[in-house]
Parts: sequence; structure tokens; C-alpha cells
Amino acid sequence: MPQDLYILAILDGLSYAALLFLVALGMTLVFGVMNIVNMAHGSFYALGGYMAATLGLWATSQGLSPAWSLLILPLAAVIIGVVFGGLMETSLMQRIYSKDPILQLLVTFSAFMIFEDFQRLVWGTQPYFVSDIVNYLGTTEVLGITYTRYQLMLLPGVALAVFIALRSFLKFSSVGRQIIAVSHNREVSTALGINVKRISLFTFMVGSMLGALAGALASPTVSWVPGIGGEMIVLSFAVVATAGLGQIEGALVAAILIGLARSFAVYLMPEVEVLVPYLIMVLVLLFRPQGLFSVAQARRV
Amino acid sequence: MSKPKIVVIILTLLALLLPLALPWLKTPLILGTAFGIAALGISILIISGQISFGHALFVCVGGYAVAFTVRKWTHMDSALLLVVGTAVGAVIGAIVGSFVVRYRGIFFGMLNLALSMVLFAVLGKFFNVTGGTDGLRLERSPFFGFNMERDAFETVLLITCVVLALLLGWLVQRYLRSVAGQALSAIKTNETRLEYVGISAYQALLIGYIISAALGGLSGALFAIAQGLVTPEMGYWVRSGEIVFVAILGGVGHPVGAFIGAGIFEFVKLFAAAYLTGAWQMVLGFVLIAMVFLAPRGISALLEDKKHKEGA
Repeated sequence: MPQDLYILAILDGLSYAALLFLVALGMTLVFGVMNIVNMAHGSFYALGGYMAATLGLWATSQGLSPAWSLLILPLAAVIIGVVFGGLMETSLMQRIYSKDPILQLLVTFSAFMIFEDFQRLVWGTQPYFVSDIVNYLGTTEVLGITYTRYQLMLLPGVALAVFIALRSFLKFSSVGRQIIAVSHNREVSTALGINVKRISLFTFMVGSMLGALAGALASPTVSWVPGIGGEMIVLSFAVVATAGLGQIEGALVAAILIGLARSFAVYLMPEVEVLVPYLIMVLVLLFRPQGLFSVAQARRV
Repeated sequence: MSKPKIVVIILTLLALLLPLALPWLKTPLILGTAFGIAALGISILIISGQISFGHALFVCVGGYAVAFTVRKWTHMDSALLLVVGTAVGAVIGAIVGSFVVRYRGIFFGMLNLALSMVLFAVLGKFFNVTGGTDGLRLERSPFFGFNMERDAFETVLLITCVVLALLLGWLVQRYLRSVAGQALSAIKTNETRLEYVGISAYQALLIGYIISAALGGLSGALFAIAQGLVTPEMGYWVRSGEIVFVAILGGVGHPVGAFIGAGIFEFVKLFAAAYLTGAWQMVLGFVLIAMVFLAPRGISALLEDKKHKEGA
């Protein structure tokens, strides 16, 4: 494999890892606070993409410059996160905190089924592909490889910015610290006067928003078809499990690891490309069941 | 007679008599029963407090085992094919189970999910062997030594399904009442105490896992024979979710639950496909959410609660 291909694989891997990271970040944040793995998280990814495509088409029909996409993409994520994330938290998640973990998983699975058909009813089954922004930002050359600026700079840039913003938000802001407190212990947080209900709603909205943001950002680069959320949820599982549930820094490393491994597989062994994320996850869990970056918890007697 | 038993009899009669009036119901009934058998398998795991979002792996394995066997030996009897599917399911279950059962809770679910996705991806990619995403077609093979037309074949298959469902339901109930089965529910309540009693949780769960994998394999074999087609879709994680869905909907307290759940699932699917085109998943989603809030232990638990009140 010539050197060019190596660079290409690295660039592909990084831009893909940026998206994976955003989705996984939302999922791991929600898990950290609520202790529930949201099986419908992939639906937010799909909805974010659809919403961005719809807004993008509308913007084009209004004759707006593609530069507006830079505003439209995050706007789509915010709409999906607040409306659908908020709806799901208030109508479902709030009512299942005290239930059997199996039932919790199933409720989010039903939400996934509902969202899946909702997408089909609203956006139909035809593919959507609104890529004006990618063309608008143009291409650039890295070490002799021509690459779109959108994937080279914007995607990893946004992912990094979100990572830093979220970290400092959790560390330094009052709401952020309350979120950390709730993730450690719900009851004690309530006793300390934290409005756990509101924190949960807020966290879930932010988590959904991150999933939707990844979808919105991914939509100009691939054509958006039904079923895309179902695929993403498994991949984001793989990242989250590899990193360790609730590990934010870990998710970044795991996303880069899986993103790079997958893109190298695309060029070296295309047959196993789809397998790579799962193989990495299985291997990691075999040797470190709690994930790469978690500390093992003592079993309760 | 207890209520679950009455329901078993009603379900059996419905499954056997309804097709006399409405012949088109035969295929949905076969598929529903096959689905119920897979759900019966997963209910064993749910009793131990573990949930597998990858159990369609074994359905898929059973189906492909049948497809490959028919391709090699064209006139293999369907009854033998069912045995092949079950055996392959059990063997793969033993291999996968030997390391998966060391994990609990969400990790158990995720590892199963990942492994089923590995199989799904492999089946879709290696076109030469597996037919890729189009899957493999298989010829209708003889049943109990007779070559039959489609209609007669389906009738025999339906009767086989119902007999198998009754037999397996009874066997699973026996198993769950045995020491090995009781150990499973102890894994859910308190694993450490179970170990103090001197029973290996690993072994207990492994046995349960192999049985549930064998049931999955059988279910896959039935699907393959009934449809004459196997596709990687059989192993997609959403299918696994549907099996769990069916098991919880019907309730894991009594084996009949799996078949009640499967019946409702197929009915809603048929009904919604006819009247609400393209929204059957949505309907099922709402049904399941309603279930979780109104009757979290499933429909079969409703039957048993009433029995207790009557003091029977």
C-alpha cells in the first residue's frame, strides 16, 4: 500500500471518528447520569440528518448561500434534541428510573421502533443528499492528497470543540457539577437540594442533541436512507463499551481507535470493514470487561 | 384446571383450527410459532436477569445450517433438518456461551449484540458462500419421507410446529423447576449467595444459554423451511430486539407467555401492515410501552395472578 493511501486512510478515519465520537458522547453522557443505555439514541442521529436535509433543501429553495448551512446544521440538532429528546425524557424516561433494567432497555427499544416508523412516515424511503456545504467549502491539499475541507477541518474541529466545551462545562459550571453529582448518586443529590428531575431532562436533551448533531454533520457526506439510525446505534455501542460506560475521555480515544481501524480496513481488507468495530469491542471486552478506561466496580453482596 | 393450561389448549386449538376456515393464516401461524420458540429460548435468559440483544444470531445460524445442508444433500428430510438446525444452534451456543456468560447486565447484552452483528456482516459480505444480502434459496425437501405439494407441506409443518411448541414448552417448564433452572432465577436475585450454596453460577447460566441457543437454532430451521429462504436479515440486531419484545410481552413466568407474545406480535404485524401501511413497528412500540407500564410481568403473569386470588 503506497504512502498516499495511508494518509487517505488516516484522514478518512479521523473524520469518521469525529462523528462516531459525537454520537458516543451523547450516549455515554446519558448513561452516566441515568444509568440507562438508550437504544433509541441512533434515532436521534437519523432524525438529526433528516432535519438538516429538510432545512438545507428549504434554504436552497429560498436562494440562501450554502454558508448558512453552518448555522442550519447545529440548528437541526438543537431542534431534534429539544423536541424529540425532551418529549422522550418527559413521557418515557422519567417514568422508568425505578424499573427493572430489562424493562428500561425495552422501553428505549420501543422508542426506537416508534422513531424508525416516524422517520419513514415523515421523510419516506427515498434517499436524501444535500451536500452544498461540502462543495462550498471546497478542497485542500494535505501531503499531496486532495481532501474536502468539510471533512478534513470542520468535522474533527466541531468534535474537538464539543469535547472541550462539554468537559469544561461539566467541570466548572454549576449545572455541570450538578450533573456529575447526579451521575454519582441520585438520592444523595436530591438530598443536597439538586433538582434531579430537571438535571435529567437537561442531560437527556444535551445527549440527544449530540447524537442529532453528528447526524446533521454527517448528512452532507453520505446519502441519508432509512435504517441509518439502527446501524449507528450499534457502532456507538461499540465505542461506548470499548471505552467503558460513562467515560467521556475514553469515548474520544475509542472513537479514534475504531474510526482509524475501520478506514484502514476499507483500504486493506474491504471484506472485513464492517466487522472491525465489533471485533475491537469483543476483543477489548474479553480482556477488560469494564472497558478500556473504567475502573472495575466491586460486586455488591 | 389452571388458567395458563386453559390458554395453552385454546391457543393449540386456534392454531390448528383457524387455518381450516382461513387457509392464508397458515404461514403467519407457522412463523408465529417459530418466533415463539425463539422467545421461549430467550425467556430462559430473562429469568436469570440477563437480556441478550443478539439472540437472532442463533436463529440465523440455525437457518443457514439448514440452507447449507439442503444445498449439499438435496433430499434430506425436513424432520432431520430441524434436528440439524437445533444441533448447530446448540454447538454455536456452547462456544459463544462459554465466554459470554461470564458477563452480566448491559455487557452481556452488548457482547451478544456485537457477536450477532459480526455474523450479520460476515453473511452479507462473503457473497460466494452465503449469497450475500440476497441470502440463499432452498428447495422444498420431503417431510417424514413424503414429497408434498406446498399446501400439504405447510399443513404438516404447522402441525409439527404446534407439537414442538407444546413439547418444548413442557420441557422448559420442567427444566425451570429443576435445580439447574431454579439456579437461574437465583442468578438474578443474588449470585453470590448462589455460589455459597455450592452451585456454579457460570455453569448454571451456561446450561441455560445452550438451551436457549438450541431453541433459537430450531426456530431458525423452522423459518428457513417455512420460507424457503434464509437472509442475513434474520440475524440483524433489531430481530433480536423483537424476540426479547415477544418474550417480555407474553411474560416469562409461564412458557405459554412466549407463544401469547408471538401471537400478538404476528397479529399486530398483519393487522398494521394491512391497515396502517408501513407503521407496524410504531404500533408494536406503543403496545410494548403500554405493556411495560400496565403489566410489566407480561400477559401470562396476569393469568397467574388471578389464579392466586382464587386460592388455587
